[in-house]
Amino acid sequence: MNTLPLLVKREYWEHRGGFLWTPVWVTGITLLLTVLGLVTAEIFRSRAHVQVGFSLDMLRQDIDAKDWANAGYGLDVVQFVFGALPCIGLFFVLFFYLLGALYDDRRDRSVLFWKSLPVSDLATVASKALSAMFVAPLIALAVSTLAYLAFLVIVGLWLSVHGLNVLPAIAASHPFRTVWRMFLTIPVDALWALPAIGWLMFWSAWARSKPFLWAVMLPILVVFANWWIGVLGGPHFAGVLDVAKILGRLLLSVMPGGWMSLDAAGVVREWMPHAGDTNGSGLLAPERLLDVMTSANLWIGVAAGLALLAAAVWLRGRRIEVNV
Amino acid sequence: MSAIVHARKLSKSYGTTKALDAVDFEIDAGRIVGLIGPNGAGKTTALKAILGLTDYEGELQVLGFDPHTQRTQLMEQVCFIADVAVLPRWLRVREAIEFVAGVHPRFSREKCLAFLSHTKVGQDMRVRELSKGMIVQLHLALVMAIDARLLVLDEPTLGLDILYRKAFYESLLSDYFDEQKTIIVTTHQVEEIEHILTDLMFIRDGKVVLAATMDEVGDRYAEVMVNPDKADAARSLKPLNERQVFGKSIFLFDGVDRARLAQLGELHKPSVADLFVATMKGTYA
Repeated sequence: MNTLPLLVKREYWEHRGGFLWTPVWVTGITLLLTVLGLVTAEIFRSRAHVQVGFSLDMLRQDIDAKDWANAGYGLDVVQFVFGALPCIGLFFVLFFYLLGALYDDRRDRSVLFWKSLPVSDLATVASKALSAMFVAPLIALAVSTLAYLAFLVIVGLWLSVHGLNVLPAIAASHPFRTVWRMFLTIPVDALWALPAIGWLMFWSAWARSKPFLWAVMLPILVVFANWWIGVLGGPHFAGVLDVAKILGRLLLSVMPGGWMSLDAAGVVREWMPHAGDTNGSGLLAPERLLDVMTSANLWIGVAAGLALLAAAVWLRGRRIEVNV
Repeated sequence: MSAIVHARKLSKSYGTTKALDAVDFEIDAGRIVGLIGPNGAGKTTALKAILGLTDYEGELQVLGFDPHTQRTQLMEQVCFIADVAVLPRWLRVREAIEFVAGVHPRFSREKCLAFLSHTKVGQDMRVRELSKGMIVQLHLALVMAIDARLLVLDEPTLGLDILYRKAFYESLLSDYFDEQKTIIVTTHQVEEIEHILTDLMFIRDGKVVLAATMDEVGDRYAEVMVNPDKADAARSLKPLNERQVFGKSIFLFDGVDRARLAQLGELHKPSVADLFVATMKGTYA
């Protein structure tokens, strides 16, 4: 039986709005702003004969090989930004998707329909976790890559109107390398996100009402109570920062690339190239991903996430009713 | 005959309330069983236990499986329709068919499409665009296309108009039911399913108070329409129930000799609804 792929497809059917249309809108608006920016520049140019930004004529005259390399690197960064933009949307999509994953169908009672079919609770929970780990990010990457191509076409046309050829800049950029490296971040994101996926799905399966309160307010209250007891001189965890860090991992790790910042993985991160690295080979360098993949932080999180998911599977077999 | 469902001392409590109180029952293959009881009597709990949707104490076997721990295997043989509101509203008809076809080894897409072709349900419609009656038609088409051994219906026609209700049970009988299959149905509209039932099970306060075939019910219970002059004689035979119609008394008797009853007045087979009312007297008191 091809149950698991079909279950993942089911998730896509239900959450097409979040998985597909959110990145389409985010990148679409970016493209629209690009076009509006170019149109604005043109209007100002023709109205006052003012050169906005840089001089295209100058560019045409003085361009040399090094400038093309820089332009190529610039395009790599633009491609990276196109990939990163939908990730902000993806964070919210995934956060609320996971909170509702094992709750919404109990609330509208459609869980009774899904449970009338020979599908195990393990397969159900796995399909939802896998959708958050791989399906949504892969769709976002595909959409942003298409949007980047559209961006190249728009900018290329605009430059050619002004007698500039964009092809040397594209030739100097590394679109395949960049998309491959962004693709490689998806499994890292997925493993990094596991504690949050487990945490959110656990409360989604546990809550009889308002999973958001359980998943978000409860830990905040715990931290606050811990701090307050500490102020009163009672027994508490002294490392408030550590508690907050753990909470951050449980709540916020579905943010793609969350391991890049805040010393999260306990390794030195230099995701952007050094000065002088003219071909931009340091951008999302795979050997740095490897550092994250071998960090204790990541694997402790993976273990915690799998334990929470196992608890979610167990709860899914026992909790059906909600308080409406 | 082998029992499809086999329950011994089946119990389930919610807090201090006993939804099921050490219930014993068996359901044989090829039967249509009406599980009937007042609100809160434990019907839905019993069905949930059979479907593996709740834990329980005691012994329960459905088609040889333990429903709670072997739900996935069990669901290849069992279908259920809870009520009209359980199909997810975002789902498209096409997607519903593709999904069930993909996860259920005994589903026939052709059968399902054939059933749907007699309805106004379109492939590209979402469940939220369908009327209640059409949702039930879709759900029934999905379920009838599955070659299952046990079908569980929990208030399947709740909130439907009489045309849909009649059509529902008609297609169930003519296009689905055969001696290989077993149906368990709960409903408050007893009079509508009375003629299709082969077995009757009354449940009250977590206990089975009556479990019999319809033939046994017909043999055991009798209703007599008695003129006022013979009413006292009738009362002395300890009727289950008495009601007044057009100046005559109608008495319901359990296990009283028919020849004696015939002397009192005109004999009838009691309706399940009347039997139910008589058995459940004082439930809410």
